[in-house]
Amino acid sequence: MEDAEAERKRRQRKRSVAIAWILAGLVLLFFIVTIVRLGGSVAVRPI
Amino acid sequence: MTDATVQAIPARLDVAPGGDVADYFALLKPRVMFLVVFTALVGLVAAPGTVHPVLAIAALACIAVGAGASGALNMWYDADIDALMARTASRPLPQGAVTPDEALAFGTVLAIGSVLCLGLMANWVAAGLLALTIGFYVFVYTMWLKRWTPQNIVIGGAAGAVPPMIGWAAATGTVSLESFVMFLIIFMWTPPHFWALALIRARDYERAGVPMLPVTHGADETRRQILIYSLILAPLGMTPAVLGFGGMLYTVIASILGAFFVVFAVDCYRIREGEAADRAAKHLFAYSVLYLFVLFAVLLVEQGFGLESGAVPLPWTL
Repeated sequence: MEDAEAERKRRQRKRSVAIAWILAGLVLLFFIVTIVRLGGSVAVRPI
Repeated sequence: MTDATVQAIPARLDVAPGGDVADYFALLKPRVMFLVVFTALVGLVAAPGTVHPVLAIAALACIAVGAGASGALNMWYDADIDALMARTASRPLPQGAVTPDEALAFGTVLAIGSVLCLGLMANWVAAGLLALTIGFYVFVYTMWLKRWTPQNIVIGGAAGAVPPMIGWAAATGTVSLESFVMFLIIFMWTPPHFWALALIRARDYERAGVPMLPVTHGADETRRQILIYSLILAPLGMTPAVLGFGGMLYTVIASILGAFFVVFAVDCYRIREGEAADRAAKHLFAYSVLYLFVLFAVLLVEQGFGLESGAVPLPWTL
């Protein structure tokens, strides 16, 4: 029974870590895609 | 759910409660996902104009996740029949590694997320096509056709054929005759591909009550239908050359591949008894995977390197 509980916690932790990595990847992807869609000329504008 | 499923689920819950990351990955049907991404990539590369590599990768990732979501929702709905078939009994739901609620939530979040992301990162035509594909696969094929008619994989095959059109739409914001031709090739390829598998697994499908053609109309009729579809597929595979987006290399390879497809289909039609019949169906199934992969790989190479424009004039273009 304790083994099953330890195994459940281990799997839950692995799932949480995977979700964290996926969210971090999505943040990075949205950032890069935003930069790409804005285009290079976004920095060249009147102040 | 059947008694067999109910008995199968608690077995693993006692041993290892909660799904592993690998179980959730298996819900995405990674092998199907690979073929979807590959054909979508061909559509994206074959489309006129250029797409920024980052946006192309992001679009392909969205298409991959959308395909995975369809797989997860399919496994959620089909857990009862999956538990009864040898090929699918080891999937996460029949094994009890993932609960039906978890699979449903996982698939739904990924489906909505992939469509929204594709819309925001590429365009809403591509996103609309992806949403239509997921909806068609889950609601029309999985929930309706699969358990109702032997034409299930013929009509349902449309869902698996759309990815090149989504790739094309992601690049151009529209669909075209060229992308529709790629759709048609996969659409006509699906019946002989799946019926070859169904011939080998007919008893599995019968036990699960899935009305696949070999179960409802017998092996001989299935072999006849396989041959008919193969005879249509072989010339259809040449259409990209006729329309000008397949070059000389494509013409030569598509002719050879199509001819061999018919040869394997004729073998499957002719050899009807014993282990040799099973072997013929297995050969056709394995060859069908190779056929589609090589056909689209040649298109990818030609379009990627601009070889199609340097094609030797074909008889019908003179």
